[in-house]
Amino acid sequence: MQVSAPALALERITVTFVSPVGASATARFTAVKDATLMVRPGEFVSVVGPTGCGKSTLLNIAAGLLEPSAGEVRVFGERLAGLNRNAGYLFQTEALLPWRTALGNVTAGLEFRGVARAEAGRRAEAWLQRVGLRGHGHRYPHQLSGGMRKRVALAQTLILDPQIILMDEPFSALDIQTRQLMENELLELWSVDRKSVVFITHDLEEAISLSDRVVVFSAGPASHPIGEFEIDLPRPRDVAEIRLSPRFVELHTKIWQAMKQEVLKGYEQQKSQ
Amino acid sequence: MNSRKASRFLRLWQVLILAGVFVFWQVATDPELLPPIYFDNPNKAAFFFGQPLEVLARVWVWFSSGSIYGHLWVTLLETVLAFVIGTASGLGVGLWLALSPTAAALLDPYIKAMNAMPRVILAPIFGVWFGLGMASKVALGVTLVFFIVFFNVYQGVREVSHTVLANARMLGAGERQLLRHVYIPSATSWVFASLHNSVGLAFVGAVVGEYLGSSEGVGYLILQAEGTFDINSVFAGILVLTAFALVLDWLVTLAERRLMVWQPRSGETERI
Ligand SMILES: Nc1ncnc2c1ncn2[C@@H]1O[C@H](COP(=O)(O)OP(=O)(O)O)[C@@H](O)[C@H]1O
Ligand SMILES: [Mg+2]
Repeated sequence: MQVSAPALALERITVTFVSPVGASATARFTAVKDATLMVRPGEFVSVVGPTGCGKSTLLNIAAGLLEPSAGEVRVFGERLAGLNRNAGYLFQTEALLPWRTALGNVTAGLEFRGVARAEAGRRAEAWLQRVGLRGHGHRYPHQLSGGMRKRVALAQTLILDPQIILMDEPFSALDIQTRQLMENELLELWSVDRKSVVFITHDLEEAISLSDRVVVFSAGPASHPIGEFEIDLPRPRDVAEIRLSPRFVELHTKIWQAMKQEVLKGYEQQKSQ
Repeated sequence: MNSRKASRFLRLWQVLILAGVFVFWQVATDPELLPPIYFDNPNKAAFFFGQPLEVLARVWVWFSSGSIYGHLWVTLLETVLAFVIGTASGLGVGLWLALSPTAAALLDPYIKAMNAMPRVILAPIFGVWFGLGMASKVALGVTLVFFIVFFNVYQGVREVSHTVLANARMLGAGERQLLRHVYIPSATSWVFASLHNSVGLAFVGAVVGEYLGSSEGVGYLILQAEGTFDINSVFAGILVLTAFALVLDWLVTLAERRLMVWQPRSGETERI
């Protein structure tokens, strides 16, 4: 392994979906075209772009859940084939196993890896406590609120200590207060042992307040990065307070200028569909 | 009105409706109470429709003399065997076909045909193959139960959430672990949805099988009574069967409550 190798490198990725329409015809749809994205070890990178531009698709490529039509994925310098074993994935929609309790969900990954049940339970209890869910381990997902379910999902992923964390709009379904709480908690967890993070969002403010770098994607189809912005805001940050700082406003204005055209384009496309 | 009071009120009315039906039945078939309306002979109504008091008396005699237990045991055993074998094989085959698309595509027309076939018609064939003992009844019940469970499992596996599946894979689950920790639990919830139907059909298999040819079982009792135009015994048999079908259904509900705790149910709050 090269010392300087990026934790995650998506190199000239193109994704074309082929879906059948009618008996013999197929429709092609190129969601992502020629997209390149590098994430350094310990770096927190946010990807923003209008809804439907292919952000989830790109993350699925990074996770190895989807094969790119062209281009390749490198993980710490090694070419990725199959699932990305170095990555943990926080999904946009509900992904907990509904037939397992909160505790059972957190232990799942350890069980799959053959860790003894007692040991897994002990570590999971500790993680539930870290995400503020002590005493809720016996509840089933449907008995938890949306925010609590996200916390369980966070513990479920982080307990496996992945080197790369992929997050797909993890907090977009939460109300604004819960969301800011969770963002701060995420930053706190991340600051302990800085892992590489790819954080997908369509919310520019969220992207700036969390990240070291923000990558802006164009509207689809054939989406690709159109700008990268280093976020030089000091850490540790409080996501609510940092939004008021002059530097934040400055960065926001700059990135928004780059994004505006794409957002409008995306909006027009959605309207015409 | 609080909910407990409401449910007691409901129970009361349910019992009253049952009592009302029995009273109407008794009055309408009694040779003395009413003049014959439809039949020319006052005894004919009782001959065709039986009389609830007679029916209940028959049930009482069956149970107090103990003569029914042997028959009931046979019918229930056939039902339970058909239910267990049909459910297990439906689950197994359903999982297998849902997870191997090639086999599913290959067998698709045959499955459709077998499901479309009125399978009760197999009863005489099973009689020839397996004799007039329990095996032929169990076989009939199994064919009825199997398809219901099979289709539900098949559906259930195909509707497993893609996200849940992807999540389990990202967490490191191998193929066997996916089967055990994702596909089977997901399919189980669909199986339970079909279990109330299947337990009823297992019963149908047993009774119809007995009715078509046997030497024991409640279906056989009914057949015998019919042969001697003993309509009260026929009704008594039906009554006993219905009661036991309800008991089996209730057992399924109990199992469902215990095993499906993870499923959201409406109205889980409690007023203090
Ligand atoms: N499996 C698929 N087959 C066909 N089209 C797809 C598939 N998955 C996603 N797409 C299309 O690709 C585009 C990008 O989707 P997605 O990555 O989910 O967007 P985002 O996450 O940015 O909102 C959308 O237009 C969507 O319709
Ligand atoms: Mg998405």
